[in-house]
This record gives sequence, structure tokens and C-alpha cells, in this order.
Amino acid sequence: MKTVIVNVLRELSGLFIDDGLFALAISAVVALTALITPVTPLGAGLTLVAGCLGVLVANTATAGAAAGKRPPP
Amino acid sequence: MMDWTTMAPAVSAAFLSSLVEAVEAMTIVLSVATVRGWRPAGLGALAGLGSLVLIVLAAGPLLNQVPLHALQLVIGILLLLFGMRWLRKAILRAAGVIALHDEALTFANETAALREQARHGKRLDWLAGLASYKAMLLEGLEVVFVVIAVGSGRGLIVPASLGALAACALVAAVGFAIRRPLARVPENKLKFSVGVMLSAFGVFWTGEGLGVAWPGADLAIVVFAVLFLLVALGAVNLAKPSSRRKEAV
Repeated sequence: MKTVIVNVLRELSGLFIDDGLFALAISAVVALTALITPVTPLGAGLTLVAGCLGVLVANTATAGAAAGKRPPP
Repeated sequence: MMDWTTMAPAVSAAFLSSLVEAVEAMTIVLSVATVRGWRPAGLGALAGLGSLVLIVLAAGPLLNQVPLHALQLVIGILLLLFGMRWLRKAILRAAGVIALHDEALTFANETAALREQARHGKRLDWLAGLASYKAMLLEGLEVVFVVIAVGSGRGLIVPASLGALAACALVAAVGFAIRRPLARVPENKLKFSVGVMLSAFGVFWTGEGLGVAWPGADLAIVVFAVLFLLVALGAVNLAKPSSRRKEAV
């Protein structure tokens, strides 16, 4: 029973996080946005959009580059 | 009266994401039905559905107690993580970095695993029903999350739920009719589209939760979706391993 619960919790967390660094980077963008919002709300919004897009491009480009370096089977 | 510009993004996101999840759940239920018959498959699926209904009934009143800004922020961040995770994987699959999800292969693997369990004399009906229950519960939780995320706080839970139910009914009807995994559904294109939409919703909600007043209000979601789509399409090209890009040249 405990194993079933642990497995279900693991699967649930997997819905939101499968690449830890990716999730951490998104969280960092959100945290930065939260810091900037009291100063300039619109600037914070732009930071959120640009930050998320930047994390997406950087992560996928890095994954692609790593795949390109792997020797063919 | 809600206008379509407000409803359409939420209903579309709920419908398309439910389509993907329903196809994945259907594959597992079909594999159980193939090996052990429709009784354990159906009972497991119904039990999963019942658990989902209980979760929604319990979570609904709880969510109403949470202050709106806090709810927007938490749901926004979860939606951002969920949507961008889907979009990231769809980009990598489109670029050929990871393999496309293959429902026919999943069906074959699940069926083989259940048959292997039978050879070892395990309580197969119980295990098969559990596999069906787990598939329905886990895929269903993703549907429930998307419906709540795109619909709560704006009176769109009912339209989003109807979109999700329509998708599930469509998949169930086709699955029962053809009795085979729906391998020809363009799953990665669907996941790409859903990832774009949910990421856009996630950015919108997170911003609102933090106190950002987006210019254009709800129309900002459409702008974000267009931005995510264009950047994601560019990211597919960037992510292609350089050997494949050289071959293309």
C-alpha cells in the first residue's frame, strides 16, 4: 500500500517536473518577476514572458546539442 | 453572458489536452480488455472515474476558500510548469531528439506485461483492473487539473468541463468502435498545441497572481500563445542535432 502511494505521488510530481533544472529555471524566472513587480509591474510581465521563452529555447537547444554529440548506434 | 473570445481559449485547451490524455488512458484500458476482457478493464476504469469525481467534489469547495490572487498564482505556476514541460517534450520529439510517443508500442508492451504476469500465476484480474484504474486516475487527474486551471476564477469551469467531456466521449466512442489503440492520432502535434496554450495560460495567470495588469486583459493570452508558438517552432530547428541539420543542407 505504501509503495502504491509513493508511486502515485511520484507520478503526480512527474506531471509538473521531469527535468529538474528546467523546473528550477522556470521557478527562478517567476521569483525574479515577483521581485520586480512592486517596482515596475509591466517590466515584470515582460521579464516573465521573455524569461520563460528564454528558458524554453536554452533547454531545448542544449538537449539538441547533447543529442548531436552522442555517437550514432 | 460570456463571449466566445473569453470561452474559446479555455474550451479549446480543455478539449485538446483531454483528447491526448483520453487516448493514452484508452490504450491501457484496451490492453487490459484484450488480455483479461472488458469486465476488469471496465471496472478498473469506472473505479478510476469514481475516484476522480470524489477528488473534484472535495477540491471544488476547498478551492472556493482560497483567496483569488493566491489561487491564480499557485495555479499559474503549476500550469506554467505543466504546459512548458509538455511543450519542451513536443519540441524535442519534433526535432528528433527523443522518440515520438507510440500508442501501438505502448499497447504491445502493456499487453505483453499482463500476459507475463499470467504466466507467473499472479492474480491477473485484480492486477489488470488496477492497471486500468491507475491509467484512468492519472490521466484523468491531468484533465481535471487543466479544467480547473483554465476555468476557475472566471466562471469557465462548466464550458471547460464540457470541452473535456466531449473529448473523452469522442475517444471512448472511437476506441470502443475500432477496438485498437488510436495510433494514428497526431499526438505530438496535439501536445505541441496544448503545450503552447497551457504555457500561455500559465504566464497569464502567474502574472495576474503577482499583480501584473496585462494590457488587453484576456486578449493577452492569445498574444502569448502566438509568441510561444513562433518561438517553439524556431526551437525545433535549433534543437535538431547538427548532423541532421547538415543533412538537410
